[in-house]
Amino acid sequence: MIDWLTDPLAFGATTRALIEIAILGTVGAAVGCWVILYRLSYSAESLAHGLFPGLVGAALLGLPILLGGAAGVLLAAALIALVNRFATDDADTATAVVVTTLFGLGVLLALSPESPPGISELLFGDLLGTTDSEIIASAAFAAPVIVLLWLLHSRLLAVGFDQGSGPALGVSPGLMTGLVLSLVAVTVLIGVQALGNLLVAAILVGPAAAARLLTDRFRPMMMLSVVFALLAGLAGIYISFHAKIAAGAAVAGCLVMIYLLAAAASAVAERSFGRTSLNQ
Amino acid sequence: MDAAAVIAAHAALGYGGKSVLDGLEFEIPPGSRVGVLGPNGGGKTTLFRALLGEISPLAGSLEVTASISTVAQTDRSRLDYPVSALDVAVMGSLAGMPWWKRPGRAEKRRASEALEKVGLTEQAKSSFGDLSGGQRQRVLIARALTAEAEILLMDEPFTGLDNKSEARLESLIDELARSGQTVMIATHEVEQASRWDLVLCLNRTQISFGRPEEALSKPVLEATYGGHIVEIPGQPDLGVLPAHHHHHD
Ligand SMILES: Nc1ncnc2c1ncn2[C@@H]1O[C@H](COP(=O)(O)OP(=O)(O)O)[C@@H](O)[C@H]1O
Ligand SMILES: [Mg+2]
Repeated sequence: MIDWLTDPLAFGATTRALIEIAILGTVGAAVGCWVILYRLSYSAESLAHGLFPGLVGAALLGLPILLGGAAGVLLAAALIALVNRFATDDADTATAVVVTTLFGLGVLLALSPESPPGISELLFGDLLGTTDSEIIASAAFAAPVIVLLWLLHSRLLAVGFDQGSGPALGVSPGLMTGLVLSLVAVTVLIGVQALGNLLVAAILVGPAAAARLLTDRFRPMMMLSVVFALLAGLAGIYISFHAKIAAGAAVAGCLVMIYLLAAAASAVAERSFGRTSLNQ
Repeated sequence: MDAAAVIAAHAALGYGGKSVLDGLEFEIPPGSRVGVLGPNGGGKTTLFRALLGEISPLAGSLEVTASISTVAQTDRSRLDYPVSALDVAVMGSLAGMPWWKRPGRAEKRRASEALEKVGLTEQAKSSFGDLSGGQRQRVLIARALTAEAEILLMDEPFTGLDNKSEARLESLIDELARSGQTVMIATHEVEQASRWDLVLCLNRTQISFGRPEEALSKPVLEATYGGHIVEIPGQPDLGVLPAHHHHHD
C-alpha cells in the first residue's frame, strides 16, 4: 500500500505533474465558482475550445504553446463578442457557430501534412510531460488570478447576485463579467498544456459545479471546489501511474466521478431532509 | 426647509433619443415619502433609472443632490445564489469604497445595524433564497441602508406581498422618512400613495405633482390611467384603480 503511494513519487515527471495539477486545480476551482455563479459555463467552454487553432498554429510554427493559446483566446473572444453584437436574439447559437468553426479550423490545421507528430497532446494534454519552466509559468499566471479574486471578491459577489445593483454600488456589471471571462481565459492558458484543449474546461466547471450542489454559502463552496479539484488531480495521477492510462483523461474522469457523487449526495439529502437549498 | 433632494426642470427621458417620459417638473424635499403613480409603461422605472444615473435626460435637467440607492423588484433577485441575508446587506457597503478595499468588520457592523432596522436580526444568517418575499424585500432595503443612501428608490415593492408584509413595509417606509431618508415608491396603489407626503403621476408625461389632496384629483387619475378609474366609496374625489389592474410588469 505504501509502495502504491510512494512509487510514483520516485519519478520526477509524476512529482512535477502533481505540482502542476495542484496549481491548475486551485486556480480552476476558484475561477470555476464564479463561472458557475455568473452562469458562464457555456462561454468558458467556448473559450477553451475556440482557442484550438491558436494552439495548432503555434505547434506548426514551432512557437511556444502559451503564445499560440493567448492568440487563440484573443481571436475567439473577439469573434464571439462580434457575433454577439449582431446576433443579440440568439447569442448562444451564434457563439456555437463561431466555436465550431474555430475548432474545425484547428482540426484541419492539425490534419495538414506539415503538422508535427504529437499534436494529439493539444487535445488531451501532456500532464506527465510538464517541465520545470512550465510549472514556473503556471505559478506566475496563477498568482495574479488568485490575488484578483481575493481583492475583488465582494464586488464579484454583489454583481453576480444583482446586476442591476452594480451602478448604485459603483461596480460595473460588464466589467465584472469581463473580468470573470478574462480569468477563465488565463486559467485555460495555464491548463491547456497539462490537460489539453478538450479537458481543460472540466477543471473549470466540474469541481465548482459539484461544490455548488453541496452547500449554499460561497465560502464553503469555494473551499470544497478546491478540495475536489486537488482530490481529482491527485487520484487521477495515481490512477494514471498504476493503470498506465493518460494522466489528463484520468484526472478528467475523476472530476466527473466527483460531480456524479455530489449530485447523488445532494439528491439523497434533498429526499431525506427536504433541503431545497441544495438545488442548483 | 433643506435644499431639495431631487430637482427636475423641463426634463424629458427616453431611450435611443426617443422620449418616453417628458414634462418632468418637480422638487422633492429630503425626508419625504413620494408615491410615483402610473400605468405599466407610464415611465416609472425609466424615471428611476435616470435618477440612478443609468440614463441621462434627453432634455432639461434632473438633479440628484444626495446619494441614492435602489431596491429592485425581488422577483428579479436570484434565489439560487449562495449568500446569507447579512452577505447581501454587506454588499451595500461597496458604494463609495475604492476598488482595492474589501468590506471589513466596520462594514459588517453597519450591515447588521441595517438588518436590525428592518427587523431581520434573527434572519441574518439565513439563506437569502429561503426568506419570504417580504423578508427579501427588507434585506434589499437593508442593503440600501448599508450604502448610507439618503434617497431610496423602490420599484413596485408591494407587488406580490401578502397583507402582513405589506403593512410591515409601509410602516418601515414611514420610519425611514422620519429618520430623514427620502423614499420614492413606484406603485399602483393610489389609496396607499394618498397616505404619503407627495405624489407624482406619470403617464408618458407628468400628469401632476404635489400633496396627495391636491395632486390626486379624479381628472388627474383619469389622465394617468386612461379612464379605468373607480371611486372610493365616501371619497368621491379620490379614485382608485379597479383591482384587476394590478399586475406584474
Ligand atoms: N430599455 C428600453 N429601451 C427602449 N424603450 C424602453 C426601455 N425600457 C422601457 N422602455 C419603454 O419606456 C416606456 C416606459 O417604460 P417603464 O419606465 O418601464 O414604465 P413603468 O415602469 O411605469 O411600467 C415603455 O413604453 C417602455 O416600452
Ligand atoms: Mg416598471
